Amino acid sequence: MKTPRLTDTTLRDGSHPMRHQFTRQQVAAIVQALDRAGVPVIEVSHGDGLAGSSLQYGFSHTSEFDLIETARSNAERARIAALMLPGIGTLRELKEAAARGVQIVRIATQCTEADISEQHFGLAKELGLETVGFLMMAHMRSPEELVEQARLMEAYGADCVYIVDSAGAMLPQDAAARVRSLKAALSVQVGFHAHNNLGLGVANTLAALEAGADQIDGCLRGLGAGAGNAATELLAAVLDRLGMNPGLDVFGLMDAAEYIVAPIMPFQPFPDRDAITIGYAGVYSTFLLHAKQAGAQYNVDPREILVELGRRQAVAGQEDWIIDVALDLSRRRQSSAQKGAFV
Amino acid sequence: MQADKIKVAILGSGNIGTDLMYKLLRQSGAMELAMVAGIDPASEGLARARQLGIPTASNGIEAILADPDIRIVFDATSAKAHVRHARLLREHGRVAIDLTPAARGPYVVPPVNLGAHLEAPNVNLITCGGQATIPLVYAVSRVTSVRYAEIVSTVASQSAGPGTRQNIDEFTFTTARGLEEIGGAREAKAIIILNPARPPILMRNTIYVVPEGDFDENAVRDSVAQMIAEVQQYVSGYRLKNLPVIEQRTTPWGKRPVIIMLLEVEGAGDFLPTYAGNLDIMTAAAQRVGELFARHLLSKLEVPV
Repeated sequence: MKTPRLTDTTLRDGSHPMRHQFTRQQVAAIVQALDRAGVPVIEVSHGDGLAGSSLQYGFSHTSEFDLIETARSNAERARIAALMLPGIGTLRELKEAAARGVQIVRIATQCTEADISEQHFGLAKELGLETVGFLMMAHMRSPEELVEQARLMEAYGADCVYIVDSAGAMLPQDAAARVRSLKAALSVQVGFHAHNNLGLGVANTLAALEAGADQIDGCLRGLGAGAGNAATELLAAVLDRLGMNPGLDVFGLMDAAEYIVAPIMPFQPFPDRDAITIGYAGVYSTFLLHAKQAGAQYNVDPREILVELGRRQAVAGQEDWIIDVALDLSRRRQSSAQKGAFV
Repeated sequence: MQADKIKVAILGSGNIGTDLMYKLLRQSGAMELAMVAGIDPASEGLARARQLGIPTASNGIEAILADPDIRIVFDATSAKAHVRHARLLREHGRVAIDLTPAARGPYVVPPVNLGAHLEAPNVNLITCGGQATIPLVYAVSRVTSVRYAEIVSTVASQSAGPGTRQNIDEFTFTTARGLEEIGGAREAKAIIILNPARPPILMRNTIYVVPEGDFDENAVRDSVAQMIAEVQQYVSGYRLKNLPVIEQRTTPWGKRPVIIMLLEVEGAGDFLPTYAGNLDIMTAAAQRVGELFARHLLSKLEVPV
């Protein structure tokens, strides 16, 4: 195992449980704490990436470009990253993000659709950015299929390609097999992004490291979509115990989690029944809050919605299918109730 | 040249071009398909055209420009390629019906403004997502003004060819502009998602509309129902999965009622299977627009001397 590079994504993946309401003050405080504690990369943007502010995903309280600018001006050593999903974000937002302080862009596609990202890697390189490719929902495809897609991103100019367990559905051996295959096939770095829906966020990250991962992700207090991500402060403690601490201040990160992030969190992301269902059914972690809301509105169990979305093979970004499924389930129940009444 | 037909050509032998070829053969109307031109002599589209006895060319636009009888050219290449094609076709006096999101000419969405630009040298069909969703945004904006419209188009991965994949940003920009200019929304946003599910999914579109103020829900529902029927005249698989739903949502303009429409587009299966409703709505719109242009050109030919 080698000492990994850690990216903290509290200010991006954490945007989901925060319902995209981060303020400049919160961003400044979190960036200062992460920077002081030696975290080398801090990701900031709408949870669904640049231009994610929408009815589909939820509108941002503060423009992500303003948040990026705040982050950059509060970081002394750390570099600022942003996420973008082609199909949602475009070259325009990427240029603006670079102008406002982003140094690294993480370009994410569904793990079968890497070829929609060529333009974006091209522009990122022209802008002099470091680039990371994100293969989302990677539990849905085999290591061999993922290698093909990762090679495309490498060819477009990715400096690192991530296996992204967007659904928190992987077991440690799934994470390890995928990272190992990419390590064997690529000459660029390989990363792993975990979700904790099955309670395996840290375990899967460790399995990825044993398989050779160069980069990993965390969020303070696990503040991320679904049951959250691997907690940054936990990863720091575990890496330290392994003798692989990449220069992180373990107590400093615990304090940041405890005193800066915990007090502003609307709830503690945790593998509760709905979040476990996400990992179990293999659906996108950000569906959690939308499914809860639709469940309440149309009087349907959110778990039924999530399982049905898994059956329909919904992919990253398809929050709009949640209403569709909720309406179908609610109609199905009404019609069976009516049938009962006539018996 | 037959006196009652206008010669047309298809430029681009990918999914869209091939689907359009089958539509024009099935129902040619005032058009005669005189050529299919591509750049890959080994492409499946050109092979199919040859089998059907249609003249083909594999040197791109050159063969089309060399035949002065071809008056209308459907461009089904890519946004980047169309920028060059648009200039060449204009210089050679041909009408371009652009199926890429290059947006060099005015936008046309048949049930909204079919006959609006008959003298234009180049008209643009926006995008598949635009052809699917703009009619419904227009159906709302004609009864109540629209502050904001947002659409999410989800298409089967198998139905998105390399042109779409390399031009995904152009899809976003052009669809959003079309929602504003033709759909009538003050501001708009478009999102596209490729779904690789096995078996492939039907094209799905979710349309969110935020009206400016209070509105008559029944008037909106009636207008939408009427529009669905109009589009069904040329895309029979165009249907709402539900009646429009109204939800209260938090928006940058405060808590507002949002009209949500869940649209499904099942294709006619002319070339790709029926799941590719995104191709079907594009090529069916192109055929409609081409037919009108062809009749318009014929009517000019018939002007008594």
